[in-house]
Amino acid sequence: MNRYPLWKYITIGVVLLISILYTLPNLYGEAPAVQVSPARSSSKVDTALMGKVEQALKDGGVVPDGIALDGASIKARFKDTDNQLKAKDVLQKALIPDANEANYIVALNLLPRTPAWLQALHAAPMYLGLDLRGGVHFMLQVDMRDVVAKKAEALVNDLRSVLRDKNIRHSGISRDQNNVEIKFREQAILNKAKDVVQEQFQDYLMSESPDGTDFKLTLTPKPQAVLKTQEQALKQNITTLHNRINELGVAEPVIAQQGLERIVVQLPGVQDTAKAKDILGRTATLEMRLVDESTEGRMAESGAAAVPFGSEKFLQRDGRAVIVKKQVIITGESLNDAQTGFDSQTQQPKVDLTVDAKGGRIMRDVSRENLKKRMAIVLFEKGKGEVLTAPTIQAELGNRFQISGAMNVTEANDLALLLRAGSLAAPMEIIEERTIGPSLGADNIEKGFNSVTWGFVVIIGFMCAYYMMFGLFSSLALGINLILLLSVLSMLQATLTLPGVAAMALALGMAIDSNVLINERVREELRHGASPQAAIHAGYERAWATILDSNVTTLIAGLALLAFGSGPVRGFAVVHCLGILTSMFSAVLFSRGLVNLWYGRRPKLKTLSVGTVWKPEEK
Amino acid sequence: MEFFKIKKDIPFMRHALVFNVVSFITFAAAVFFLFYKGLHLSVEFTGGTVMEVSYSQTADLTKIRSTVSSLGYTDIQVQNFGNSRDVMIRLPAQKGVSSAQQSERVMSALKVDAADVVMRRTEFVGPQVGEELAQDGLKALAFVVLGIMIYLAMRFEWKFAVAAIIANLHDVVIILGFFAFFEWEFSLTVLAAVLAVLGYSVNESVVIFDRIRENFKRYRKMNSHEIIDNAITSTISRTIITHGCTQLMVLSMLMFGGPTLHYFALALTIGICFGIYSSVFVAAAIAMWLGIKREDLVKAVAKKEGYEAVDPNDPNAGATV
Repeated sequence: MNRYPLWKYITIGVVLLISILYTLPNLYGEAPAVQVSPARSSSKVDTALMGKVEQALKDGGVVPDGIALDGASIKARFKDTDNQLKAKDVLQKALIPDANEANYIVALNLLPRTPAWLQALHAAPMYLGLDLRGGVHFMLQVDMRDVVAKKAEALVNDLRSVLRDKNIRHSGISRDQNNVEIKFREQAILNKAKDVVQEQFQDYLMSESPDGTDFKLTLTPKPQAVLKTQEQALKQNITTLHNRINELGVAEPVIAQQGLERIVVQLPGVQDTAKAKDILGRTATLEMRLVDESTEGRMAESGAAAVPFGSEKFLQRDGRAVIVKKQVIITGESLNDAQTGFDSQTQQPKVDLTVDAKGGRIMRDVSRENLKKRMAIVLFEKGKGEVLTAPTIQAELGNRFQISGAMNVTEANDLALLLRAGSLAAPMEIIEERTIGPSLGADNIEKGFNSVTWGFVVIIGFMCAYYMMFGLFSSLALGINLILLLSVLSMLQATLTLPGVAAMALALGMAIDSNVLINERVREELRHGASPQAAIHAGYERAWATILDSNVTTLIAGLALLAFGSGPVRGFAVVHCLGILTSMFSAVLFSRGLVNLWYGRRPKLKTLSVGTVWKPEEK
Repeated sequence: MEFFKIKKDIPFMRHALVFNVVSFITFAAAVFFLFYKGLHLSVEFTGGTVMEVSYSQTADLTKIRSTVSSLGYTDIQVQNFGNSRDVMIRLPAQKGVSSAQQSERVMSALKVDAADVVMRRTEFVGPQVGEELAQDGLKALAFVVLGIMIYLAMRFEWKFAVAAIIANLHDVVIILGFFAFFEWEFSLTVLAAVLAVLGYSVNESVVIFDRIRENFKRYRKMNSHEIIDNAITSTISRTIITHGCTQLMVLSMLMFGGPTLHYFALALTIGICFGIYSSVFVAAAIAMWLGIKREDLVKAVAKKEGYEAVDPNDPNAGATV
């Protein structure tokens, strides 16, 4: 009765093999590496660039251990940190001739030393959390009230111009928090206005109410419209953050949305928090200016003459120079929105811009006087300007106008994004910050490792002494549990943190519970006079119900932590829950397999090596 | 080796009243200290800034304190962390000053006094985050308590569920009482430890309840008292050994895990020790006061797990002593 069918042994064997394979990458450690990634959307990382990198390294006399094109970046591994630093200098010189015009980011990184045959199996080591490798963690809160209020402000302006165009006379438009109120003298005019709103502003709900002798129409944004606005604002802020963090040259930044109004930024390896915060909080500015179309200006554009007085020279994205007047027409503050769309006549991609009322008035005056001339949109970041686009003014502009022309869809999207990136969609505030020095990270790894190892060794020692052979089986099962847990975590590419390591230690301490239950039961059966084979069978059978019960209650606690925990608690909970699941396999199935293999084939078994089976004498 | 050579069932239940009084007094003391002293909540819950700095020589705490308070902070805490060279500085959350630039200001002020100071870790938590974390913590606790009760009520009977939860919540309160009394810092990781211990020590009660159920089926002549005594006696060696093993692991964390895991391991240690006590002496006693009867269990079980009641492979089926 204590024999497993062959397929069960095979299953156990296969599971073991797989888990060992996927645990292996964690043992190889990490190699110093240099990573080249694009700094802007227009720069491409491809095989051509890889050739360039290889050539540059060869010329610089640095021999990489391996070089690979991985998604959107090129990663080169080196023997030691000396070679790594040298390679970084070499590559920086080769790929970034002008520090102000960086197309690529060259950053130091650590790459797992996983051998190629394991990589082919998609086996990769666990990712170490910030508390183990050092770095900065920020949580930013986006001020959504501001976003919605801005939107309402924009609506006031839109309504004004639309009602004026339609010749509908109102006696005042005002904003009351997120709602907009329009007052009318007569009901008939209000009805006319209602039709217009119905047609043009579908994101709003309308309600009428008398206001003294006047009539009031209140526009309230629909909940899904508010949600959409907030979502867009968050996305835009994330994009802006991406662009800015690229400058920091962090190898693997994490920028992720958390909930509806929060963004988490993690920068492994960055120690200079002051600079990081400065860059995150910086506001880029956008300016619209006229292009200097005088003869001197045109000459300067081709480089044939000096830049005329009162003008400045900026570069366009493609590198062409544009001479722009110093006088600013409007700034990014006036820009409410920039969206891509398609021209209804030509079906060409376009970017629609919306500016506020004041901006609209200025635009109207300037465009009227400067028809058929060019207007440049300049984005300033780090005090350095860049011309995003310089289209020709085709008609008199209002507070809504469009940029169209020789653009494809991607370019139009990029332009809209950059226009919006000129200012963060909404102000952000750092509500959580964590910095962990690299020495502390290394300390934490060592301490976590030590606690797991020593606890493990002492438990094994005790189990073997107390339960003899069965103790050895239990210890083997515990070892397998550790390997299983590590392999599952590696397969899931989970982030290992110090609380995660603590959970691992705790999981091992708790997992031995199942084996103790089984061993005690076997002893008890022997004490009651059962034959060795029957004792093994009954011991495992009866302990199973108890093991299941106790693991379910522990799992309930683990799931609660997973559901409600955040940050460090989550890391703990993931390992805790997985540890419980793997322990069920190893403690019951695997240890029974070992016992069956050892004892199951001996029908005339007289004794079990399960330690002292003590019997009270009077029985 | 065998540690537990117990000849007769130990009459635990005869002393049930004593045990219940003892746990009530401990519980009352814990509640008293919780209210009187309150929990020393970490910055994660209260909001504020924590900095861990390291000096190459023994740090002069008084000087650090005066330097930091000269920056205009009140209610600051400066204390050693782990050893005499590492210092932990806690700054309270300031209304209005939401920016996280605080740590840099403090750091540069400390650098003026001693150039060898190195920043090991900083943590800034805004007040609104702290509030949320505290709320989430309570939600998690409620979820665990409810989940376990539902599970036990399904698997056994409501009386067991109530008994197990009272016994184990009493552990949780006692752990919190320790943290309040010794003014140990209660952080998110400690909360995780408390909840993990809650789930873990319910195990203990489950094992004993399992045995009680089995005994009700097996020993038809015994009364509830004797059945519970027998159940506790026959599981006590397993209880002590598993908890001992888990405690070995926790001790190893306490010794090698460093200051970051210190309170985590401490909470687990208290939880494990009181977990044994409460599930052995408290849970079963409460179940007894609630009046568990053979009919409650055997009938319900016979329906659900009929196979177990007439297990043909069980050499002891129906046997009596």
